[in-house]
Amino acid sequence: MSEKITLTIDSQQVITEKGTKVVDAAKSAGIDISVFCYHPKLEPVGACRICLVEIGRTQRDRSTGELVLEADGTPQISFSGNLETACTVPVAEGMVIHTANEKVTKAREDILEFILTSHPLDCPVCDKGGECSLQEMTFEYGLGESRFPLDEKIHLGKHLPLGDLITLDQERCIQCGRCVRFQKEIAADPVLEFYHRGRKTDIVSYSNPPFDSYWSGNTTDLCPVGALTTRDFRFEARIWEMNASPSICSHCTVGCNITLNTRLDPKTGRSKIQRVMPRQNEWVNEIWICDKGRFAHNFTSSEERLTKPLARNPEGKLKPVTWQKAIKIASERLKSHPDGLVTLAGGRLANEDFYQLRTLTEGLSGKLILDSSLAGGDLTARVGLGQGSNIKDLGSGTAILVIACDLEEEAPLWWLRVRAAAERGATLIVANPRETKLEKSAEYILRYEYGEETQTVLDLLEKESEASRVFKEAENGIVLFGSEGMNFGSSQVLAQACANLLIKTNHVGKTNNGLMAVWPEVNTQGAWDMGFKPDENLPEALKGAETLIIAGADPVGDGIIPDLKGKFLLVQELFLTKTAAQADLVLPVLAVTEKSGTFTSGERRVQLFEMALPASGECLADHEIAAKLGQALGIEMIQGSAEQVLEEIIKHQPGYASLSLAALGEVPEQQPFVAKEALSYTGTVFRNTSGVGVQLPSAAENGKMPLEKFTLPRKSFDDGMLAVPVTHLYDQGIMVRTSEILGPRLIKNQLILNPIDAEKEGLSAGIRVEISLGERTYEAAVDIDQKVPVGVILIPRSMGIPLDGPENAVLKAVK
Amino acid sequence: MSKYVLLRHRDIPDIKELKVYQDQGGFKAFKQAVTSLDPGQVTEIVKASGLRGRGGAGFPTGVKWSFMDQNSWPHYVVANADESEPGTFKDREIIEGNPLQFLEGVAIGSYAVGAQAAYIYLRGEFWQLAEFLDGKINELEKAGLLGENLFGTEYSLKIHTHLGAGAYICGEETALLESLEGKRGQPRLRPPFPPSYGLYGKPTVVNNVETFTNIPLILENGADWYRNLGTEDSAGVKVFSLSGRVKKPGNYELPFGSTYRELIFEHGGGIINDAQIKAIMPAGASSSILRASDEVLDTPLEYASIRKLGSDVGSGSVIVIDETISMDWVIKKTIDFFQHESCGKCTPCREGTYWMSHLTRQIHSGKKTEEQIQLLYDVATNIQGKCLCALGEFSVMGVLTSIDRFPQDFGREPKGSDQG
Repeated sequence: MSEKITLTIDSQQVITEKGTKVVDAAKSAGIDISVFCYHPKLEPVGACRICLVEIGRTQRDRSTGELVLEADGTPQISFSGNLETACTVPVAEGMVIHTANEKVTKAREDILEFILTSHPLDCPVCDKGGECSLQEMTFEYGLGESRFPLDEKIHLGKHLPLGDLITLDQERCIQCGRCVRFQKEIAADPVLEFYHRGRKTDIVSYSNPPFDSYWSGNTTDLCPVGALTTRDFRFEARIWEMNASPSICSHCTVGCNITLNTRLDPKTGRSKIQRVMPRQNEWVNEIWICDKGRFAHNFTSSEERLTKPLARNPEGKLKPVTWQKAIKIASERLKSHPDGLVTLAGGRLANEDFYQLRTLTEGLSGKLILDSSLAGGDLTARVGLGQGSNIKDLGSGTAILVIACDLEEEAPLWWLRVRAAAERGATLIVANPRETKLEKSAEYILRYEYGEETQTVLDLLEKESEASRVFKEAENGIVLFGSEGMNFGSSQVLAQACANLLIKTNHVGKTNNGLMAVWPEVNTQGAWDMGFKPDENLPEALKGAETLIIAGADPVGDGIIPDLKGKFLLVQELFLTKTAAQADLVLPVLAVTEKSGTFTSGERRVQLFEMALPASGECLADHEIAAKLGQALGIEMIQGSAEQVLEEIIKHQPGYASLSLAALGEVPEQQPFVAKEALSYTGTVFRNTSGVGVQLPSAAENGKMPLEKFTLPRKSFDDGMLAVPVTHLYDQGIMVRTSEILGPRLIKNQLILNPIDAEKEGLSAGIRVEISLGERTYEAAVDIDQKVPVGVILIPRSMGIPLDGPENAVLKAVK
Repeated sequence: MSKYVLLRHRDIPDIKELKVYQDQGGFKAFKQAVTSLDPGQVTEIVKASGLRGRGGAGFPTGVKWSFMDQNSWPHYVVANADESEPGTFKDREIIEGNPLQFLEGVAIGSYAVGAQAAYIYLRGEFWQLAEFLDGKINELEKAGLLGENLFGTEYSLKIHTHLGAGAYICGEETALLESLEGKRGQPRLRPPFPPSYGLYGKPTVVNNVETFTNIPLILENGADWYRNLGTEDSAGVKVFSLSGRVKKPGNYELPFGSTYRELIFEHGGGIINDAQIKAIMPAGASSSILRASDEVLDTPLEYASIRKLGSDVGSGSVIVIDETISMDWVIKKTIDFFQHESCGKCTPCREGTYWMSHLTRQIHSGKKTEEQIQLLYDVATNIQGKCLCALGEFSVMGVLTSIDRFPQDFGREPKGSDQG
């Protein structure tokens, strides 16, 4: 533990750690010192001067080094006469600090008056109104009248697009530089900078496209005024009109805690999400979210949502039916054809949905399949991240291996936190066939060819190298593995090799050690835990089924199987996907925003989300549909709310016994302090009042783990051009495509080649080509990037070329 | 033998040529330091000479050098040739006329603090001086006076020039360092000070051109010689840049202890049209402005005495104001300058100079109401003591002292005392 310092702030004794800044020490004692430029997550700059306080220090006799004492024996305190910025001065033993005496109060008023000389008086139309640090502070300390003539106020640019997503109002900007520092220090995308000087200082972005960062929305939370606003919230609603519901972002496996601000839309008479805000969880997303999580929320109110059950009529058309009718059709079919049921589910379902679908399927002796090409969910349960782990705690002494993924594209918050750990001194080893952004922070970069991923891990264990030595000797060791360039089979072997690496180097079964899978969806881990598993040969498994229940998966759209004709097909979906379009029965389900439940993140943290919006149309939760079917079929299963299902899970599900509803809802004290009253300190991030979730223990915490046995798979592709699917954050999936403002940033219909291959094939950027994958052919435009390995064609997922794993391909220019 | 210490080119023609400079004993001091003195001994000599920084703050040079953090390496030396204070033009003359003495001073300073790289940061307009210095540095490298393994020792030194891009603030040492690193020229927080956290985060000595130029002769002639040139408080000589309403503006090298009367009336030839002298700005636009009373004119020019009068020697840019000039014009000019040069980092300077520029313009254009004067005074007072760096603090000096000491120029009753 670090050294403790005792000091006095406004007559209150405060004990804090050495190195703490005065402003933070005061905050921990419940004393607010106003700040604008300071933010506890950013490096202090001492620029705005609003936090000036009076600081007295003890004196030491120069000759003896002894404390100089007053007549009464107390240490003599000397005040320099100058005020100092509380955000930059570290505490020292015996300091006496005044944060509210006459001199300090006067200084704060003076600084506030200075800021207001240039700040426009447009609070009534400013989106920040109601949650603006400057507004709050003006109410508290403002002079009430302006000595600076209104007609002499400086006029600068209003509503300037700083990028596609963020709008800048130069007049409102108070030059605190939080946005500039966030982009440099936290996001590592230094795309913002100050330009000009003096009162004309403004914020600019020189990147192309402007403000090119997945993190831009966070700057609007940090902005202490209304200078930066998000384009989709601008002039849409007032802060005080909105409801706030705690939720979990469903776009990736990180499970960022968010708050959904909703409001009754006067135009439609329906509630809608006005904005998505980060909610503090220092174990998961701290106070940040990525732009996908923030801006890709319109899918829940999309006109394309299914709202009624649909059944295929005698003419072969899908027509609306009542729920009663729909359940009757399904249950009659399952009664008459009790054999050959396969239930395929995708990772966006909640634990409660998986549990009920499993109970139903097992009641009918059916088979459970998880729609995922990444294996290893059984291994993460065994040797996953130990309970109590927090990437935020990691630094020197930790080694992190990230293999076969592009972390910022696939699990953005993990990228942010792993990079920060590397900045704090953790050794980062990045292994991937192509360059990814995380490599900038890596100490060791291991480049391998597609198909060599497992060998790379084995080499780390068996061959001598600097990276191998560092990983073995590290106090903490973590491995994150993804599925880049792999199918289910090869990823299974990679996961096993990673598990062995951790077991052999003694990095399992303890806090801040273990295995993390970069799952493709928010609750893939939960699906594994509830008994769903990918099938090694999914097309065959689907072909062999008599009856199919498909929930949250689209095997036809994903190109796994061309059609599912000749079977009874029941699809539970949000949208009429290609699979749903072939179904006999389509049952509309609630979006994550319309139901409550739990997700299990890739760090195996179980987190609650709550209903934020009323149900769309007649939609039901997936678990409710399963329960209705169960009831109709006489299968014994719980009929009730998500909460009741969760209680069942806790009772019966191995590994989940350590949970309780109470524990899930617990909110331990978090640093930095976040609250509506602390707007100026931490920004508009929401305080977490509904639980930070519970990290499940890994099985390794209860005993030794045996090593995995596996054989290296044979390379399943030949030496020709290799098409490899890759994940982009801004994909073309319907959850993202429906975003009102992400449109221009979405991945285009293109495949990406190395310039050498492009030249060899006689192709240039923009040219349209035909790509043949076995018997399938598709068309796309060519993009060229030298980060693509030679011989490889990168195929972004979701943009129209379905590809499950690497496959040989032939390119041909379209005449 | 020259009668100058710094402006020796004035009586030694072609001292800027290496041969002439060496004939005058040039680079003996550097060679002697590198071959026979410990770095610490050099610092001790400079300490003993009583030399104080000539950039404005007057901090004892040897003491600054001894603050270099010995646990953090490498060390750097930076010569501040940003010379941007209105009324200051001494460094330019030194570099143009006596460049080798300046470079030798930088070299000795570098040796004293263990720096193997030194940077000369020149204001952007000095691009010709930078080219000129590059040529001199090249020549010194060829002559074996700079470069690797100097004089057969293990000590090596490279000197580089770097041009600023046109900002007054880059004369502030931490803004200078930021600019030198390729960043926006804005001041850093202090502490930490450059001797512990300077260029690229490494211990760095930043001294003014004139400060360095003193060093070779201090080593050659000894600390006592230098000390005896000035006064007890302020050792040695100072180049004063004299400008304003004087007949012969220019640089004048005078020993400390001379008076403004000598500077302005003997050397500067008196006031234009023999008008009445009214005020002195002892340190350019950053000055607390003095009423040119007999007491002021006859006070010995040294750091302590001028401070006692309520101003500062600063960089020695003496601007003379006569009876034909109203102080409201003076502060309008200086505030326009500060407003234009405020970097914008801290609130009081950014907003305060902007506000003051509105007020001083209005006051100068005739709106001399008591409310306006009092508001200006309030705004200036509110800036004081709250800024991130000295630029903001300096911006109000002229305003406050003008209103205090020349009340009648602002439509107020004179106070009757000497300074107002």
